[in-house]
Amino acid sequence: MSEGMLTPAHVVQWLTSVQTLVAIIQVLGFACFVFIVTRRLAPLFRAERDFRLDRPWLRAQTLLKYWFGQWKHPRYRVAGALHLLIFAGFLILATRAFYLLVFGLTDDFATPSTIGRAYDVVADYAATIVFMAVLAAAFRRIIFKPARYAVPEKYGKGHPGDAIFLLALIALLMFSESLFEASRAAVQAQAEMPGEFLAILSLPWILQGSLQIAPITALWKLHLGAYLVDVVTFYFLLCYRPFGIQFHVETSLFNVMFAKLDRGTVKPVRWGVSDSDLDQVKSFGVKKFEDFTWKHILDFYSCADCGRCSDNCPANAVGRPLSPRFLTIKARDYAFDHFPVFGKTNNSHALIGGIYSEDEVWSCTTCGACEEECPLLIEYIDKIVDLRRGMVDDGNVPKSIQKALKALESRGNPYGKMEKKRADWAKDKDLQRACAVKVLDGSSSAQTLYFVDSITSYDDRIQAIGRATARILSEAGENFGILGAGEKDSGHDVRRFGEEMLFQALRDHNVAAIQASGVTRIVTSDPHAYNALKHDYKDVPPVEHISQVLAREVRHGRLNLKPVQDTGNVYAYHDPCYLGRHNQVYDDPREVLDAIPELRRVEMSRCRDRSFCCGGGGLMLFYEPDEQERMGVKRVQMAAEAGANVIVTACPFCMVNIEDAIKVSGMEGKMTAIDLTELVDQHLVPRVPESHERGANALVHANT
Amino acid sequence: MTARIFAYVVHKSGVADDSALEMIAAARKIDPAASPTAVVSGWGPEVESVCESLRASYGEVWKIAKEKLAYPNAELVRSALVTVLPQGSIVLLPHNHFGIDLAPGLSIRLNAAFVSDVVGIDGAEGPWLKVVRQEFGGQVSAHVRCDISTGAVISVRPGAFKPGEGAPVAGLVVDRSADVGELSARRRYLETIVPEAGDVDISKEPVLVSIGRGIQEQDNVAIAQELAEAMGAVVSCSRPVVDAKWLPKSRQVGSSGQTVKPKVYLACGISGSFQHLAGLKGSPFIVAINKNPKAPIFQVADVGIVTDMLEFLPELTSRIRAMKQVSV
Amino acid sequence: MEILVCARRVPDSSENEIQLNRAGNDIEREDLVYSINEPDNYAVEEALQIVAKAGGSVTVATVGTDEDEEILRREMAMGANRGVLLSDEAFSESDGRGIATVLKAFAQKNHYDLILTGVQAEDGGAQVGGMLAAMLDYPFASLVNSIEVLEGNKLKIGREIEGGSKELSEIDLPCVLSIQTGINEPRYVGMRGIRQVASLEIPTYGASDLGIDKGSVGAAGAKVKRDDYFIPAAGKGAAMLQGSTEEIAGKLIELMKAKGGLQ
Repeated sequence: MSEGMLTPAHVVQWLTSVQTLVAIIQVLGFACFVFIVTRRLAPLFRAERDFRLDRPWLRAQTLLKYWFGQWKHPRYRVAGALHLLIFAGFLILATRAFYLLVFGLTDDFATPSTIGRAYDVVADYAATIVFMAVLAAAFRRIIFKPARYAVPEKYGKGHPGDAIFLLALIALLMFSESLFEASRAAVQAQAEMPGEFLAILSLPWILQGSLQIAPITALWKLHLGAYLVDVVTFYFLLCYRPFGIQFHVETSLFNVMFAKLDRGTVKPVRWGVSDSDLDQVKSFGVKKFEDFTWKHILDFYSCADCGRCSDNCPANAVGRPLSPRFLTIKARDYAFDHFPVFGKTNNSHALIGGIYSEDEVWSCTTCGACEEECPLLIEYIDKIVDLRRGMVDDGNVPKSIQKALKALESRGNPYGKMEKKRADWAKDKDLQRACAVKVLDGSSSAQTLYFVDSITSYDDRIQAIGRATARILSEAGENFGILGAGEKDSGHDVRRFGEEMLFQALRDHNVAAIQASGVTRIVTSDPHAYNALKHDYKDVPPVEHISQVLAREVRHGRLNLKPVQDTGNVYAYHDPCYLGRHNQVYDDPREVLDAIPELRRVEMSRCRDRSFCCGGGGLMLFYEPDEQERMGVKRVQMAAEAGANVIVTACPFCMVNIEDAIKVSGMEGKMTAIDLTELVDQHLVPRVPESHERGANALVHANT
Repeated sequence: MTARIFAYVVHKSGVADDSALEMIAAARKIDPAASPTAVVSGWGPEVESVCESLRASYGEVWKIAKEKLAYPNAELVRSALVTVLPQGSIVLLPHNHFGIDLAPGLSIRLNAAFVSDVVGIDGAEGPWLKVVRQEFGGQVSAHVRCDISTGAVISVRPGAFKPGEGAPVAGLVVDRSADVGELSARRRYLETIVPEAGDVDISKEPVLVSIGRGIQEQDNVAIAQELAEAMGAVVSCSRPVVDAKWLPKSRQVGSSGQTVKPKVYLACGISGSFQHLAGLKGSPFIVAINKNPKAPIFQVADVGIVTDMLEFLPELTSRIRAMKQVSV
Repeated sequence: MEILVCARRVPDSSENEIQLNRAGNDIEREDLVYSINEPDNYAVEEALQIVAKAGGSVTVATVGTDEDEEILRREMAMGANRGVLLSDEAFSESDGRGIATVLKAFAQKNHYDLILTGVQAEDGGAQVGGMLAAMLDYPFASLVNSIEVLEGNKLKIGREIEGGSKELSEIDLPCVLSIQTGINEPRYVGMRGIRQVASLEIPTYGASDLGIDKGSVGAAGAKVKRDDYFIPAAGKGAAMLQGSTEEIAGKLIELMKAKGGLQ
């Protein structure tokens, strides 16, 4: 710098030097920030523990993919693109921000270098792009008002002004630092000094153009002013962010780093407390705010209120009182109110009946669409299960569910039907002629267990899926058997409805039966049972869904399928939540369908991980929800929109809900539903009889 | 048989309940030569008119007219009966909300045996009276014997005993009111709350489409409503549907609901528990539609169809609509 | 308010599982599950709600054997303060009066302001409550579907009567009430609750503890005995319509038209 032009660090104005002023601002600002964050962390220290430090390598990869790579953002193209630009810009500008903060205190360190200059160019463009992106974002919010940002009346008032305010502040930050650069460059140009190179068409470059003719002293004041505005805005934003959704700027890294790594499973009642010690735990579940784990509370802080979760939530779509977004935002507001930065902590209120209603919590089908969408990897299912555990602990369970739970306890199935009738589906005469269904009760053994579970065993319509599966397994040459009356409900949804101890009783019973049978693998046609055996059960042989078995047979050319009879039919595959989203089995069922010659298949627009829940399974079939229409009806309409007249699914609960929906929506005759196993069974060309085993007796069983 | 048989007659608005005549039939089953005595309590012109009407069927009618008995309070009636009924009597009552209230305590006060909700009487055998009861919601019947040597209080199921023809009788009315002393009760009647009439009074409808547990869920109620509309009928139901709050109480047919006298009664997904059938009077043409071929309703229905009502009713509805279009 | 609830363990018969055994003299008990008689459960819930507002405690008693303890534990898991088993060989095969006699002896050992029973048991005669009241000389009301505690040692109760109407009365304490289902919504009792009470003590009282003359109860004192169970010969029953759905619907329409069912 030449004489007469002082860098901020050397300017003395009024009574104090700018350097001192900047130092004070920075110390105060930083201290404020530390204070605020400490207060915000307070509830985390009172919360339940959560073990999130395991598998550091996997966590690093998760961070890379979802935080740095913004992996989920492009699922919404426009918002995703804008955010990607802003996020990338922020990362790039981080160095410049640091530089600027130090620059007010001392400028001795800044030596222009090639890297430095290259960086400056990139940073200039970054600032420009961020500036335009936030303007675009603000414009979008004000003019287009995407539906998912709207706040329904019952949730209080939205804060659209807040969002615009924050976007404006970011714009101001970009503008002030660009002005800082521009004014300096303009001075240098006027003083005919070697100046920094401003990237062409960047914001600083544009600003410099309009500042060419201004007098140097004015420029200099502008330079200083822009600097101060930049520093103040920076610290203002830093301290303001923890008071709203922008806190995610700070917390997102941690939230993603500590994210849940295991899909399909449910957290234990209390981390660190083994099943056998659960009797000592005084209270189960989440009843008040501090019963959440620290990671759950971090989730509440990290929510950016983007609405993508609720936008995809099927319960929300049919008018049930559940909106995942507001589950989080209400909890966040509760934290802000009861653990305030300024003021006394005031907590221990009951959540149910307070910020949450009972129906809100029972409405969730645990489909996982919300978790699939959230760019910040916020978890929902564990929280819902914990809230339900709390209600179950207090005896607060809807009557229809109580009845099913009681039946599960006394009979091992939610229908209350007798245990000895559990294998009656396999006694069907036509089935007995086609294949042997062994019952593994000690009188016979097999390599593979076909775990049937309750609905396929007892429901008149769904038993057909059991029979189709048995025939398919037999055709595939599997040496298989069923547990029969020794099988109890897998308990998958008992657990997700919060009755953990009943789940454990069912699980322990089944594990013992499975181990006693001596099987080395398990196959099931029920995705809920599949998920339970895979993730909720320990010490059982590996489990596959029937679609995976079929896909393998197809790939090895071992499955002979005859062509479709009615070539006019158009088939759409509906991804069941617990096969697709939770276990990522998307392609196997499709491979099987495509192996049927001349089968015309279309995809619904919401497919694969965006599949729309049919209405829920297990105990959800007994819940009487408060809704405007059925999820199944919406799904049937989606199939019709895709041009299909047959919905193929691979889950008995999906079948019940979709067939029901076809009747209720008056689509009978225009739409039918069929299970993958039934479809394959219909098109199976039987192999030559001597190539696989058939039992001499139709049903080998101790008591018939 | 030396024990005297009494029948306590329940009445409303001056009219004796149907059970009055049914109890005569029951008494004859106990002892074919029996001439039971009716016992009526109440006040004012109402009790007078009831006693008058019973003279045609009962040889003797005991009237207990006390102001405190204007409303039938079982506690007060019991005290009154204990003072007038001789020891060792056999007392018959209807097994309804009043009988349930009155009878058990009466049996203790009279030191008599008690058996309730009797659906059949096989006759006396020494000190034992052999009767038939049902248990487990009617799933099984039981042969029961009751020691009547010190008397008995027996409540009979309304509708189980068909009144016989019998020659008309010119009975005497005996006023026993003075024999009953001061009555005071530690239970005092306040008022009766009648449920809101609602838009429809099913007790006046000639054709009813009645649904039970088989409807399975609230959304399916519409299926029944559509059928009712097509038939020009009205929807009624059994208790579980009201307990689940899918229909208002005013639509319930049964002992704790409305009494109906339709010409045609479609019982869809209704098992046929006696509490429900107790609300069905007259002799309607009963059509039973139920998935379970063993449902008790098939015993009392005129016509039965074993099918899933959720599939059959819409089919029926569209046929009726088609038929009506043609005729119009 | 000290409340005693008299409960009974019965087979679950909601799925139409009750059948005769091979000998034809009893029901087939092998595959049955047992639980507390439903109206008794409503009675316990009602007692808990009264005590939550008015203070006091809830005792649940049953006349039976060791097998019946499980229902006492379940109600204790629900919140009842204590469970009591009244058991003695002399009590077996009691008729309703016999059971009421045993309960009366127990009730008199402690003072209870309010005694509740369920209105009827699956295999019972809607009698124990009324008999118990007469033996204790307490006022009684049956089919109670609402209870309001009033000042001055009395209750305002609603009874379910015909036509869906509700009869309101005032009743003095101490009294006996038999409770109808639907009076409240019983809270859920989970496995966890049951495990927590699994080792709590349940006192047992026999005939001599209660001062009961053995001749007045059990088979010895019973005036009502069940000889057997049977399935009555089916009457004419309904004329079953056969055929395809269309045929059946057609026949039904004809029949209904003839009877004036289609207007």
